[in-house]
Amino acid sequence: MSGATAEVSGAGARAKAARMHRFEVRTKSGRTDPRAAALRREAAAIGIPLEDVRVARLYLVHGALDSKQVNRIAMELLANPVLEDVEQGASSSPSGAVCVEIHPLPGVMDPPARTVEAAIGALIDAHDVEASTGWRYELTGATREQAEGLAKRLLANPVIQAIHFEPFFPGAFPHGEKRPFQLSHVTIRDLSDDELQTLSRDGHLFLSLDEMRAIQTYYRDANREPTDIELETLAQTWSEHCVHKTLKSDVLYRGPKDDIIDWSNRPGHVVQPDGSVKIDNLLKSTVAAATHELIADGLDWTLSVFVDNAGIIAFDDDHAVCVKVETHNHPSAIEPYGGAATGVGGCIRDIMGTGLAAKPIANTDVFCVAYPDGWGDTAQGGAKQLPAGCLHPKRILKQVVAGVRDYGNRMGVPTVSGSVYFDDRYVGNPLVYCGCVGVMPRDKIDGHAKPGDLIVALGGRTGRDGIHGATFSSAELTDTHADEFSHAVQIGNAIEEKKVLDAILRARDHESGTLFRAITDCGAGGFSSAVGEMGEKVGAEVHLERAPLKYDGLTYSEIWISEAQERMVLSVAPDRLEALQEICDEESVELAVLGTFGTPKSELILNFHGNEVGRIGMEFLHDGLPKLTREATWSQSPERQRGVTETSSNAHNVDLNSDVRSTLLNLLSHPNIASKRWIVRQYDHEVQGGAVIKPLVGPNGDGPGDATVIQPVAGSTQGLAISQGLAVPAGDPAAGGDPYLMALEAVDECVRNLVCVGADPSRIAILDNFCWPSCAKPENLASLVRAAEGCYDAAKAYRTPFVSGKDSLNNQFTTEDGRTIEIPPTLLITGIGIVPDVSECVTMDLKGGGPKGSSLFLIGPAPRKALDVAEGVRTANAIHELIRAGLILSAHDVSEGGVAVAAAEMALASGMEGVTLVTDWLAQASETKDTAAALFGEGGSRYLVEVSAKHFDRSTFEGAFRDQMEKSGAKFAGVGFVEPGQKGFSIVPTAGAAKSIAQFDVDELKNAFLGTLDW
Amino acid sequence: MPDTDRPLALILRTAGTNCDGEMCRAFELAGARAERIHIDRLIADPSRLRDADLIGFPGGFSYGDDIASGRVLAVKVRERLLGELLAAVERGVPIIGVCNGFQALVQIGLLPGRGIEGSRQRGSKGGEGAGAQASMPGSLDASMPLKQSVALADNVTARFIDHWLPVEFPESRCVWTQELWSDEAHAADVLRLPIAHGEGRFVAADETVLRAIENGGQVALRYGENVNGSENAIAGICDATGLVFGLMPHPERYAEWTQHPYWTRLDRGLFNTPTPGLKMFLNAVEHVKAGAPVNA
Repeated sequence: MSGATAEVSGAGARAKAARMHRFEVRTKSGRTDPRAAALRREAAAIGIPLEDVRVARLYLVHGALDSKQVNRIAMELLANPVLEDVEQGASSSPSGAVCVEIHPLPGVMDPPARTVEAAIGALIDAHDVEASTGWRYELTGATREQAEGLAKRLLANPVIQAIHFEPFFPGAFPHGEKRPFQLSHVTIRDLSDDELQTLSRDGHLFLSLDEMRAIQTYYRDANREPTDIELETLAQTWSEHCVHKTLKSDVLYRGPKDDIIDWSNRPGHVVQPDGSVKIDNLLKSTVAAATHELIADGLDWTLSVFVDNAGIIAFDDDHAVCVKVETHNHPSAIEPYGGAATGVGGCIRDIMGTGLAAKPIANTDVFCVAYPDGWGDTAQGGAKQLPAGCLHPKRILKQVVAGVRDYGNRMGVPTVSGSVYFDDRYVGNPLVYCGCVGVMPRDKIDGHAKPGDLIVALGGRTGRDGIHGATFSSAELTDTHADEFSHAVQIGNAIEEKKVLDAILRARDHESGTLFRAITDCGAGGFSSAVGEMGEKVGAEVHLERAPLKYDGLTYSEIWISEAQERMVLSVAPDRLEALQEICDEESVELAVLGTFGTPKSELILNFHGNEVGRIGMEFLHDGLPKLTREATWSQSPERQRGVTETSSNAHNVDLNSDVRSTLLNLLSHPNIASKRWIVRQYDHEVQGGAVIKPLVGPNGDGPGDATVIQPVAGSTQGLAISQGLAVPAGDPAAGGDPYLMALEAVDECVRNLVCVGADPSRIAILDNFCWPSCAKPENLASLVRAAEGCYDAAKAYRTPFVSGKDSLNNQFTTEDGRTIEIPPTLLITGIGIVPDVSECVTMDLKGGGPKGSSLFLIGPAPRKALDVAEGVRTANAIHELIRAGLILSAHDVSEGGVAVAAAEMALASGMEGVTLVTDWLAQASETKDTAAALFGEGGSRYLVEVSAKHFDRSTFEGAFRDQMEKSGAKFAGVGFVEPGQKGFSIVPTAGAAKSIAQFDVDELKNAFLGTLDW
Repeated sequence: MPDTDRPLALILRTAGTNCDGEMCRAFELAGARAERIHIDRLIADPSRLRDADLIGFPGGFSYGDDIASGRVLAVKVRERLLGELLAAVERGVPIIGVCNGFQALVQIGLLPGRGIEGSRQRGSKGGEGAGAQASMPGSLDASMPLKQSVALADNVTARFIDHWLPVEFPESRCVWTQELWSDEAHAADVLRLPIAHGEGRFVAADETVLRAIENGGQVALRYGENVNGSENAIAGICDATGLVFGLMPHPERYAEWTQHPYWTRLDRGLFNTPTPGLKMFLNAVEHVKAGAPVNA
């Protein structure tokens, strides 16, 4: 190997020839090293007990440096003199220890290395240095084989990192070589159908035969072959990821006659004589139709729906808020940390690229992953076997959390709301939803590129990272994807994006007026989609050699479609460029003028060093995609088979026939219900100082808040509530579910969560994120159709317009032996709601009501097989009126695990003693005789609220609460109470019964709820 | 320029700073004018520090916290701005470093400041130094080099933590933390501050340094619940003048009552008094007004 003797500490560097220096920084002996301790714990957890671990941060620095400079770098930059020692060169491992070093693979982003280079410049004025960073682990008590297993499972991801078992000390860094220019054409005009399909697959274009034929026809008419970059551009622009062709396609739907969906009188739907339904552009006829009908019906506070990077609604007279939720599923399956981090980064950029730029003020994250436990070697006795090519679900969850944490925290955008849902069918294809909310002046919600404007790229440099991300995300995962698509992995650099944000907001608010006329982010498809979209109406001419590159050797096509992160494209009038350049210089943001918007024939013209390499008509690019009619077939019986009590057993695999005591504890500790505090506390959910109702509530933050409330405008009393609804079991066809009901329930749950904290139900905007298995299968397309119909009905009923959305199809994983694991259809509804006055906000932790105690009321209808949206709306309005009138102390959404779980959560959130639930009252309110169904049954539109004795007197049954409820028309029933001076949490058959059904210490509830995911 | 009614607070920011907005707001609520300035602009013209009546180093992830938190910012300040910064302290300008700002201030050496140095010389490997010199606080002997003597290390949990913690304010010479709250009945609920950091474990170079900080009245803030494993549960310290204050918790995120983590449980009668977080900024602004510092 490259030899520990290559360099001795500080020795003889008089001649300043450029060479490699290596530094090892480790914790001083005797000092605590939490990182090493954590690794020991994690290694032990996977069955590798280590006697000792030493961790060192490694720096490789190449440059012409004298020994004094090298020493200053070591002592003043790389090591903390109080905590750390630094050694130069490569040290040998302690005897008996296995040395593992992790270094980035060549070409993989290494943001700390760029910082080291810049800091060396600031410290010693040396500017021609190159750096890379790595980690070294000296593991005592492990065999080489164990160390290798540990490295692969805990320390490195071979997709982006190299694992070395000797000190890595190369003489120089590898560099890309400049490639000679060569224009490539692709033969397409004479290909057969089979050959077209082969070209699509082997070229990673992921286009269908019809689409390939449309391209073939275009070039036959043009009488030439396409260049490679033209074909790539079409594939990116027409990818499922970018154009949502499935949701926008026409659908012929067939299903049983007897249906809970009324198919008549739906916009864009025609019921055919044979009973099938023809749907013209599914998205337009469902999700979007609901919004447009609501607007036509007088809803006047949406400002921009479906057309921009995010949906925009009015906040107050001067401000607007916008919201977007993206998924980053396939990258996260392969590289969970980078996939999730860049998912956050991409969604934040969507907000930065909305209108004339919004300021991101909150992030959301929802993960769907396989259960963390029970995976192992089937040979060792019946455990579930992890399919080859899948990462362990626990690792996936930990890494996606770390990715969201590191990107969101560094950006200074609080991650305020989210959830985790476990189901083993996510094993090969986890779902990672990242959302972002922004605020902007109301006069900055719109921007358009004008002919003559400069195409300006801001931010990160372009490299080979993330190539084919858009097409990759539109494909289906298989066990070999990690090898085939490692180039699609993107590594984020949050600080680069933060700098771009700082510069863009200054440019937006420039004293002479906004310095750009339009802005969008480089997401999937890179420059190709950003410039293609902005120039759709006017055309664009691009000179690809002007893009700043991370390294040499990129082809013009790679520059064009690279999904390198942290880049924005702006349309800038030539006379504003200088002012923009000045801001970028001050913020250390790189600016490059790539070309000009506007061409005589509205074409996209691509040049490279003076050679034209591509020319496509914008019309063909954006409208040439052949529109297809797809088949959807629904064969489930019209009646949902699941009863009320079955709901929770199906969802949680908890045996409801066991006693009440263990059922409640099992439910509270079920991963889908248990506290996600472990995650929330790793996120800075308070940066920017705007979080007034935080995700964790109660005196010790033990309670799961229903929604978070932020103040988008400092000093304003108005707030914005943020939450989600997710109802996977209700829509799971494999469990007798119906995606139509899933959609109703998800919207209802989202509304409930928002209303619980004080959001005005008449000011809630929502977003849809459909994550589905392949919709080439008619059954899956049918379940998508039904979910979309549910979205339409729910949005209309609740008057909650969809303002944006996104879909991710093809979420399935094909194993080595050819088995396909489809995810359950997963519709996430994200909602934002205006809170009229944050000082009226309510949290879910019981307050107790002082010396006279308080009453617990269940508000809402008894559980039904199909959610009654009219009842849901009435109940939501009733809760809001109670909050505005100041009549309730606490409110909590009744969801998974039913009333008993909701009540237990409210008690443990504040550690409140003396809480009693009365099952007779509860059974009556739930219209059931079954105690378990009354306690644990799930049904929509229900809330549990706490009312003080002042507003409801338990002896006279009178009070302002009752008057208000009777006026509202919503159903309500007392189901329990809080008595001061009493102990614990009790479930009793009747009020005053001598014997309880179950009795709990509040700590016991707390431990069950907090313990499961306390990683 | 001098505006004794509304003193000028300069908030230093750089790539990755992200708590500058709320720090500006806290200073403004406390009666100052707040102005944000990029560190590179300041390096280009360090004399702009002479306009400052107050200086803030806000939280965030300066330069990504690459290498270590606050490291690169500290290097830049130490190399390019130290003279003007020391002159500001000499002039009586209160300086606050929150979270990442605190991490930078200790690495610059401004905290715990002159007069306190560890037994280990910078870079000497585990060496036995000449023993700590803890000269009497209060002296700003310009001939003595500033050296780092304390550090903020990885949390003992090896993880980023966002959490509100009960805190205590020991008697100290810190001008920022005097008389933050007097209502004993509500102190347990009110005397809390949010932390949000991965590297906040306070560590002194050795026992002597720790003793000197303790005995010199330089411990201004302690955790009531020591979740990051800090020595002596130290959450914040000041220098010998009491003007320079650094802390891991974020007082600027507690400038209003609705930022308290469970304000929905609190007696609304409290809301008429300033929060302890805001009171820190009020103290500093009042100090400036009372002393009417002379701007150069």
